[in-house]
Amino acid sequence: MNLRKYLKVYKKFLHTSLASELEYKANILVDLITAILSLVGSIFLLSIFFQNSGYIGGWKFEQALIIQAIYTILNGITNTWFNPNLTEIVKHIREGTLDFVLLKPIDSQFFISLKKINPSGFLEIMLGFLLLFFCIRINQINLNLSFLTLSLITISCSICILYSLWFFISTTTIWFVKTWNAIEVLRSFLYIGRFPLSSFSFSLRIFFSVFIPIAFITTIPSEVFLGLSVFWKILLEIIVATIFLINSRKFWIFALKFYSSASS
Amino acid sequence: MVQNIINVKNLSKSFDISSKKPGLKGTIQHFFRRQTKSLKVINDISFEIKEGEIVGFLGANGAGKTTILKMLCGLIYPSEGSILVSGYLPFRRKENFLKNITLIMGQKQQLIWDLPPIESFYLNASIYDLDKLEAKKRIKKLSEMLEIDEELFIPVRKLSLGQRMKSELLAALIHEPNILFLDEPTLGLDINAQRNLRKFLQKYNKETNATICLTSHYMKDITSLCKRVICVHKGEISYDGKLDLLLKKLSPVKEILIVCRSEEDAIKLENSGFTVKNKIKNEITIKIENNSITSSLKTILNNFDIEDLFINEPPIDEVIGQVLIKKDYDI
Repeated sequence: MNLRKYLKVYKKFLHTSLASELEYKANILVDLITAILSLVGSIFLLSIFFQNSGYIGGWKFEQALIIQAIYTILNGITNTWFNPNLTEIVKHIREGTLDFVLLKPIDSQFFISLKKINPSGFLEIMLGFLLLFFCIRINQINLNLSFLTLSLITISCSICILYSLWFFISTTTIWFVKTWNAIEVLRSFLYIGRFPLSSFSFSLRIFFSVFIPIAFITTIPSEVFLGLSVFWKILLEIIVATIFLINSRKFWIFALKFYSSASS
Repeated sequence: MVQNIINVKNLSKSFDISSKKPGLKGTIQHFFRRQTKSLKVINDISFEIKEGEIVGFLGANGAGKTTILKMLCGLIYPSEGSILVSGYLPFRRKENFLKNITLIMGQKQQLIWDLPPIESFYLNASIYDLDKLEAKKRIKKLSEMLEIDEELFIPVRKLSLGQRMKSELLAALIHEPNILFLDEPTLGLDINAQRNLRKFLQKYNKETNATICLTSHYMKDITSLCKRVICVHKGEISYDGKLDLLLKKLSPVKEILIVCRSEEDAIKLENSGFTVKNKIKNEITIKIENNSITSSLKTILNNFDIEDLFINEPPIDEVIGQVLIKKDYDI
């Protein structure tokens, strides 16, 4: 893979999609307001849960806010990259424009995963980081290099898992053509990620760890921030993320063999 | 000797197609127990295309033309048989192969809708690893050939269909491919835009010696661009050869409208042994076989007092139309 070429193409992707989005100023403004209201609403909801009891699943409100911050960052990443690109796969397949992607001398997964960008998602990412810094302060977390490295690794793994889940579902469009509902179901499950895994019953914990690994996405990075995480959990998250990422790649290559292109 | 750039041997393609009975019952049955059957859309076809050739694929809707084109450019896997395009197996979609080809579809677009075409051109240039200077040079050259200038800087959504198609062509040709696959490139364009596009393709073929494979339902596209046609009927090749040979075979006679000086001359001509189609006063229409046109016209002009004369080619749409509904042409 020619890294220089891919960087050059990604720079063009950024430029063209930002230019496209900036054509619709009102839309960006609405998205920004939605992101702020969504975060305020989520914190309010979380505070209601903690009104009667100081702890949920062994987590204090201030600690649970870290999960909310990580969720907001990941949701921002979803809205900035995954949502505009991976929902586009469905459109590409339904309308047959995937033909143009497949005939370009560039990796098709790279192209369809990164071509678009939604700039309003950046605000959500920024809000998430602001909340995270606030949480670091109120929880009196001591920042050091190993802590920062582990946080970065676990958050990167969360992004990989989240991307792979989206990508798996979007790829099935090659067979089923319409998979909007499955994507909506995934988004609903992701809301679960705003709460500590230990606040759910045992069976749900298994479900959200094994079948749809939402737990890995927010809980483990939050535990790292609070110094509650154990080594095997971090290792497990790395393994799960690697397996998901590799399989999303394999699944895409396999699925393309069944692509029949839309009729003209 | 000109080399074959495309080799297709015993190529077949089957698709699994599901069918649904009408009504609510049919819908429920279709939802729970979908019945699919394998449909052979391309059946054991073979052909070769030489470098620099322009070949038209003719056939009714659903005959399999687009499927052939998509297999040639590597979008879909063949079920049986072999394809070699420019020395590559298309479905492997190797980088060097993709840099050699392009696909243009009249009904689908790759340009970024909200931005001027120039942005899409530079994006494609970076995908094809062209530096900015080279891309600029190619955009200038192609835009001059396509006669587009200001349109390059207007958002695609505000361009007319003709301007959009020209921009699509430019986007698809920026990497200077050797093989062009064109699927209905003039679909929906007005007569002038169609003519300009054909003119451009002729020029491009002449200047670059690019091979062009074209499907179109506009006969003018085929007649003005293609010397050779491949007729596809229900997934099989019904004719592969020169277009003029096909036309001669399908339409061996020409109709000639002769305006005589007087009605008497017209009556004399009517009784002189020619096959008469109709006669109205001093105007008479006769049918003459293609191979005796010159001698017959000499006889008429020498022996009759003729005021005017029109040679009518049979309507090409009607002639080609016959190919689309018949299977074999023994030429």
